[in-house]
Amino acid sequence: MNKKILTVDDSASMRQMINFTLTAAGYDVTEAVDGMDALTKMNGDPVHMIIADINMPNMDGIELTRKVRSHARYKFIPIIILTTESQGTLKQEGKAAGATGWIVKPFSPDQLVSVVKKVLS
Amino acid sequence: MNEELNRGREVFREEAYELLAELENSLLELEMAPDNKDMMERAFRAMHTLKGSSSMFGFDAIANLTHEAETVYDLVRKGKMKVAKELMDLTFRITDQIRTILGKKDDSGLKDNSAADDIIRSFQAFLSNAGLGVSHPSAGSEIQAKRESPISLECSQKDSGSEVSGSKVTYRIHFRPYQDIFLKGFNPLPMLNEISKLGRCTLIAHADSIPDLEHIDPEMCYTCWDVILTTSEGINPIKDAFIFIEDNCELNITSLDKSGSFDSEEAHKQLRNIILEKGDLTEDIAKDLIAKRQIINTPKSAVKEIHLTDNTQQETGSTKGNQLEVSSIRVAAHKLDKLVNLVGELVTVQARLSQSATFSDNPEMLLIAEEIERLTDELRDSTMNIRLVPIGTIFNRFRRLVRDLSNELGKEVEFITEGSDTELDKNVIEKLNDPLIHIIRNSIDHGIEPPDIRMNNAKQRAGMLHLAAEYSGASVLIRIRDDGAGLDLQKIRRDAVENGLIKEESQLTERDIFSIIFSPGFSTSEEVTKVSGRGVGLDIVKRSIDALRGTVDIDSKRGTGTTITLKIPLTLAIIEGLLLKVGNNQYIVPLSAVEECIELRRGDMTNAYERHMIQVRGKIIPYIRLREFFYTDGNPPDIEQIVITEVNGKRIGLAVDHVIGEHQTVIKSLGRFYRDIDLVSGATILGDGKVAIILNIPKIIEYTESEEMNRFAGHV
Repeated sequence: MNKKILTVDDSASMRQMINFTLTAAGYDVTEAVDGMDALTKMNGDPVHMIIADINMPNMDGIELTRKVRSHARYKFIPIIILTTESQGTLKQEGKAAGATGWIVKPFSPDQLVSVVKKVLS
Repeated sequence: MNEELNRGREVFREEAYELLAELENSLLELEMAPDNKDMMERAFRAMHTLKGSSSMFGFDAIANLTHEAETVYDLVRKGKMKVAKELMDLTFRITDQIRTILGKKDDSGLKDNSAADDIIRSFQAFLSNAGLGVSHPSAGSEIQAKRESPISLECSQKDSGSEVSGSKVTYRIHFRPYQDIFLKGFNPLPMLNEISKLGRCTLIAHADSIPDLEHIDPEMCYTCWDVILTTSEGINPIKDAFIFIEDNCELNITSLDKSGSFDSEEAHKQLRNIILEKGDLTEDIAKDLIAKRQIINTPKSAVKEIHLTDNTQQETGSTKGNQLEVSSIRVAAHKLDKLVNLVGELVTVQARLSQSATFSDNPEMLLIAEEIERLTDELRDSTMNIRLVPIGTIFNRFRRLVRDLSNELGKEVEFITEGSDTELDKNVIEKLNDPLIHIIRNSIDHGIEPPDIRMNNAKQRAGMLHLAAEYSGASVLIRIRDDGAGLDLQKIRRDAVENGLIKEESQLTERDIFSIIFSPGFSTSEEVTKVSGRGVGLDIVKRSIDALRGTVDIDSKRGTGTTITLKIPLTLAIIEGLLLKVGNNQYIVPLSAVEECIELRRGDMTNAYERHMIQVRGKIIPYIRLREFFYTDGNPPDIEQIVITEVNGKRIGLAVDHVIGEHQTVIKSLGRFYRDIDLVSGATILGDGKVAIILNIPKIIEYTESEEMNRFAGHV
């Protein structure tokens, strides 16, 4: 079975780009529009990894990370956060919340795949 | 990959337009209520998403623009600056420029263009004028820097160039992850995998910290690793492999030699000594290691075990059910159109089924047909419902228009919208955009007076423009009301006579005169302004609304204002119709236009001296005989039927042979050949497979009037 990756972003184009890239690389991809939506979608089939934007309505990526880490089923899965800021503050906040890694926008499809390979066995 | 990028760009364009609209709306709200924190956040988030996505899809110019805006609005958000008109104007220049870039289909707008640079310069000038000239790196250089590095993870830039790539170097990597790394989602194995792909690699796992089974915590990582790697890639890929975990582990990378001669027996001994000296390995393990490499694998499987326990834990955790559902989904418009078409076909087939069931004398069949009818009706209604979107989506666009126009014309206008949650068919709403723009332009340009004149006339300084939508039966009424100067009856009349639209001596009601302004080639504006009054204008409104089978109504009082009312049917694809029969031909009239049906006897006609007039409850109503209108062969029945319709406030009858009854009419266009025939608005397929023509009553009346007029003129 392919590994399932949940991409969480309020931008449809970002979700599509991530979806295309990772599907082409052989992963199953599910999309969620914000943190709330992501938590709902995680109640279904198990998710093996999360790629989440930080800035989202309803529930942002950092809050989502915190929620996922407190979830017995998901506390070990890799969570990658997407940042536009190159400043470290949000990244640090994400790390403190339990994020595994981060990707700085803009990134190329190859970079995305290499990061996923890095954290997902 | 390229095709994907292109598809991604399409989605991005669509999304960018939405984000721009969102941004502009929240900015306009902010202008009115600068302290609205919520709006500020919305505006900021829209900018931020736009910046992130645009840079992803290579729209660097957009990324640069939004970056500038973001910097300024960050100051606003932090309370260091107020939202003022000048800033708004600049921001709108940015959104306009972004639209221009997005509008270029050939992707030529991807790279920086001078217009964008211009705006950025004015933004920076604005900042330094405001005394807040914060020096910041521009997004451009930031992005550029990222593009150049092979992997955008920042670390790769750190110490590049110190090693000459190409020559083989051997590194010793000591990697001891903190025990709690699983809780951050780390798995050391993929990282070690990545390392092992870089070159010739020897992996040594230290299992000695793993406690006894009874003391083991399956959520902890007890293993640490030593890696001996000979690679020609330099040190950066190694650092990259550990980039995420570097704060959560002890990591030590040392270069052992630069000769690449590690393979020799000599070097092995040398290495063993180093390791032994450091105390990381005992003599026994080192011997074992050199003897058989299997030992490397054992601790690896230990880690796997730990991982297996993770999985079991995950399984047990799967308890919560699906509680929340997705609130909305996005569907491509053409899929929806297809669905509507299919429902249309279904309605047609269902009509056939009902018809043959009625004649089949089979009660079972009749029951099924009724069931299907009920389901089809529901399906039709819900399908039509899907296509309905709130009219507010276009209302919001007009805010911007009103703001720009009033600035340009030096007028003050307060724009009020009402009923923006009124829903209309998506296609209808799109087609309403242009007519409404025209009307609003006219109201601001001709209707609302400049502030000083308003003050003199004891009016509020700012003019009021009211845009409201509401349901009215199967239609939606859209009212555009201003409290401006109103229409000048005399002047319209004079101009219309000058333009040859009416005759000097014509007797016209107030309403007739008002409706002249919708005639082609009419303009009362004394001087042609940039905004409106080029003689092309309101007639386009009339034509577009006609095309939607809607009506335009105008009411005005000199000095107090003008109200224009558009009446638009809720949907375009399926209407309730009245099926009529003349000879062997069948026609459909929209039921919404029908007032009543009465009988027409032979005697009534002779009583009226063969004039097409009939008296209904004391009122005389003219009628058109469709039999004559369409030159139908054969004789009419003794008792004909007259369907009385009301169009534009006039009651006109249509004489037909039979009125068959109500019919769910799926409107089909007649194709290119018949495009210019405006007497019919389409056709529909009946239950028995025959085609019925849908009549465009206003046009038929118009046509008959002009025919009669010509005949009358010919006689004289």
